[in-house]
Formats: sequence, C-alpha cells, structure tokens
Amino acid sequence: MKFHLTINNTTMQKRIKHIILILLSVISINTIAQDFPEKSNPPKIVNDYTNFLSKAENHALENKLVQFSYESSTQIAIAIVPSLDGYDPASYAFGLGEKWGIGQKGKNNGILILVKPKYQNSKGEVFIATGYGVEGAVPDAITKRIVDNEILPYFKQGMYYKGLDEATNRIIELTKGEYTADVYRKATSNSPASAIPGIIIFLIIIIFSFVGRARRARHYSVGHNVPFWIAMGMMSSNRSHGGSFGNFSSGGGSFGGGGGFGGFGGGSFGGGGAGGSW
Amino acid sequence: MKKSWIIIIVIAVVALFIYSSVKGTYNKMVAMDEAVVSQWAQVENVYQRRADLIPNLVNTVKGYAAHEQETLTGVVEARAKATSTTIDPSNLNTASIQAFQQAQSGLSSALSKLMVVVERYPDLKANQNFLELQAQLEGTENRITVERQKFNNSAQTFNTYIKQFPKNIYANIFNFEEKAYFKAQENANEAPKVEF
Repeated sequence: MKFHLTINNTTMQKRIKHIILILLSVISINTIAQDFPEKSNPPKIVNDYTNFLSKAENHALENKLVQFSYESSTQIAIAIVPSLDGYDPASYAFGLGEKWGIGQKGKNNGILILVKPKYQNSKGEVFIATGYGVEGAVPDAITKRIVDNEILPYFKQGMYYKGLDEATNRIIELTKGEYTADVYRKATSNSPASAIPGIIIFLIIIIFSFVGRARRARHYSVGHNVPFWIAMGMMSSNRSHGGSFGNFSSGGGSFGGGGGFGGFGGGSFGGGGAGGSW
Repeated sequence: MKKSWIIIIVIAVVALFIYSSVKGTYNKMVAMDEAVVSQWAQVENVYQRRADLIPNLVNTVKGYAAHEQETLTGVVEARAKATSTTIDPSNLNTASIQAFQQAQSGLSSALSKLMVVVERYPDLKANQNFLELQAQLEGTENRITVERQKFNNSAQTFNTYIKQFPKNIYANIFNFEEKAYFKAQENANEAPKVEF
C-alpha cells in the first residue's frame, strides 16, 4: 500500500513538472510575441523609455509634435527604447508603429522615429519609419538624408535633442499641407475619457426620471389600489426612452480638444523609411 | 390540421436559422478571402517596385563599374525572370507561392551579388544618386518583408476561420481552400559570401 502511494506520488510530481514546463513555455512564447512596449497612458507622442532626453527637452518635443498633429493630423512619434530585443531597427520600428497605430486610420499618415541609444557594448541605432500615407511626401531617400545629415552628426556629439529637433523640423516641413485636420478632431473626440462627463449626466437624468416616476407610481398605486411595483412597470411600459440615448452620446464631443495629446489614430506602416547607426 | 401547421412553422424557423447562419459565414469568408487577395496584390506591388528600381540602378552602376558586365547581366536576367512569374491570386496554394518566391529570390541573390561588387568602387559609393538608389532598394526590401508578413497574417486569419467547426463544412461546400504562406528561405540566414 505504502509502496503504491509513493509511486503515485512520483508520477504525480512528474506530471506537475510537465504541466509547469508547458505553462512556462507558453508564457515565454507569449512574452516573445509581445515585446513591443505598450502605448503610454495617458497617450504621449514622445516616449522615452531611457533617460535619453531631459524632462524639458522631452516636453519641448512633445509640445511641438502634438501641436503639429493637431494642425495637420500627421503624427510624428518618437520612441526611445533601451533595447531592440533582437530585432533589426527597421522591423522593430514597423512593428511598433503598427502596434501603436501612429497616424490616422485611412490616411496612414504616421511617422515613427525610433532611437536605441548607444551603450558601451552596443552601437546606437536610429530609424525613421514612414506610414503608407506619407511615403510620397517623405520618400526613403529623403529619410536616409535626414538620418545622415540631421540626426547622426548631432547624435555623434551627444546632442540628442538637437538632432531630434532638426529631424522633426525637416519632416514637418515635408509633410505640411499633405493632410488637413478636418476629420481628425472628430476621430479623437470619442476617446473614453471625454465620454465620462456624458455618461455621468446621463446617469443623473436616469436617476431623476426614475425618482419622478416612482413618486407618480406611488400616487397611482394608492389611488387605484394597485401594488406599487406593478404601477411602476405600467408607467415604464407607457413611455419610450429611445430618443434620449442619441442625444447624450453625441454630447461628449466638445471635451476632446484641449492641450493634451488625443492618442494615436490607427495608422498603418508598410515598410517605408530608412535608418542609420552611430 | 393544427399539427401540420406546427410542423410547417418549425421547418420554417429551422430553415431561416440555417439560412442566416450559412449566409453570415459565407459572406464573412468572402470578405476574408478578398482581404487575402488584396494583401497578395500588395505583395506583388512591392516586388514590382523593386523590379522598377533595377534599370536605374544598373545604369548608375554601369557608369562606374563597366567591368562588372557579368554581374549586371545577371541582375537584368534575374529581373526578367522575376517579372515574368506572376500567379493567379485566386489560386494561392503552396506550389504557386513557392514558384513566385523562387523567381524573386533569384533576383534577390543577383542584387546582393551586385551590392558586394559595388564595394570595390569608392567613386560609385560616394555618388549621391547611387546612395539614394541604395536607400530606395533597402526601403523596398523592408516593404517586401512587411507586406509578406501582413500577407501571412491575413492568410492565417482566413485559414483559422475556415477550419473551425462548423465553418469547415460550409467552406467545403463553397470550395474555400486553405491559403498558403510565405516561408522563410532555406538559406536566408546565411549572409552572402564576400570574396576578394
């Protein structure tokens, strides 16, 4: 009996080990597939995961690029990552741009400047990826020139902000007028944060109408000798509430503007752009 | 009298249910099939873009490296072969995709040979026109990678959809076939040899 039990125990242990191994392998596969960083929340257009830029420099770039994205709907995002996780810079940039959805859906007017800083044991990499919609305004040869003439000379001297500032200026010049911001504001105004005031107002009105109806129902039930809850049900079946829904969902629209960045719009990348290393 | 009415109603409800489920599935399959086909068009598009770059590239290199006639002819011939191999997008099976890929990889290797040869000509490497062509060529290779991957993704979505029960039955009835994938080349990991 005892002997039996021990055998059972060891097989059990083996099985558990097996299961754990399988689970671990599943987890590790998952982490391999998801090593692009998540979008920052609240959304930011300049995402520095290292301390490549100072706070002030980061702000200056963020303000400039958010401003430009409001004017033109073209989004020039910057991502500075500590490691490319084994990808080549181009694939990393396209994967990240696609995942974040930089640019507007349909226009695909997003640009991502990806930087991996130079460390003691690895060289620095920079890649400018262009979305489908800006490949015409910023062809590959031009991105190559921006990298070689604008970015790398400054980066080599450690002037990182200057390089990114010049490069984004050049890209802004090139893409200015390519797209306008007409549909853009409409698209960004539907972000969940801006819907919250609308939802709150909606709830308040529901509560008020409920209270009012309950009061009337009580009157009704007292007068007509009908139980309160039945009276309540009768009242609600008499009225239709269809109209009030549409009004409130559109009411949130005005909250979208303001100073902050509204978020990426779902643009797509097709492999345009160029890069370099230092 | 009453019984037959009930039977008719039950049959009608069942028929309506089957009809709507088949209709929904069929239409979804058509839409997904179209997505794969249009992504295929995108793949051919970027390969065509590469082919279009070549005459310009060959001419530029010729000006500086006339001795490399053999390599240049190799590129031109591989280009002709690659552009003549097109496949019917309604027939994206393993054999046709492999044939397409083989023709294109012939051009890839001819181009990489040319790029190795070019290293011997510093004047050419300093030429602005050549540098830009090189950037365009690199961009095109990136585009090919991206579009191929997107094609594989859309083919995978389609395949997963039509293989699930009970959609696999409908897929069989309406003759939706599994799409083939682009496979990484067998020797893609080997860097081209540089010989001096």
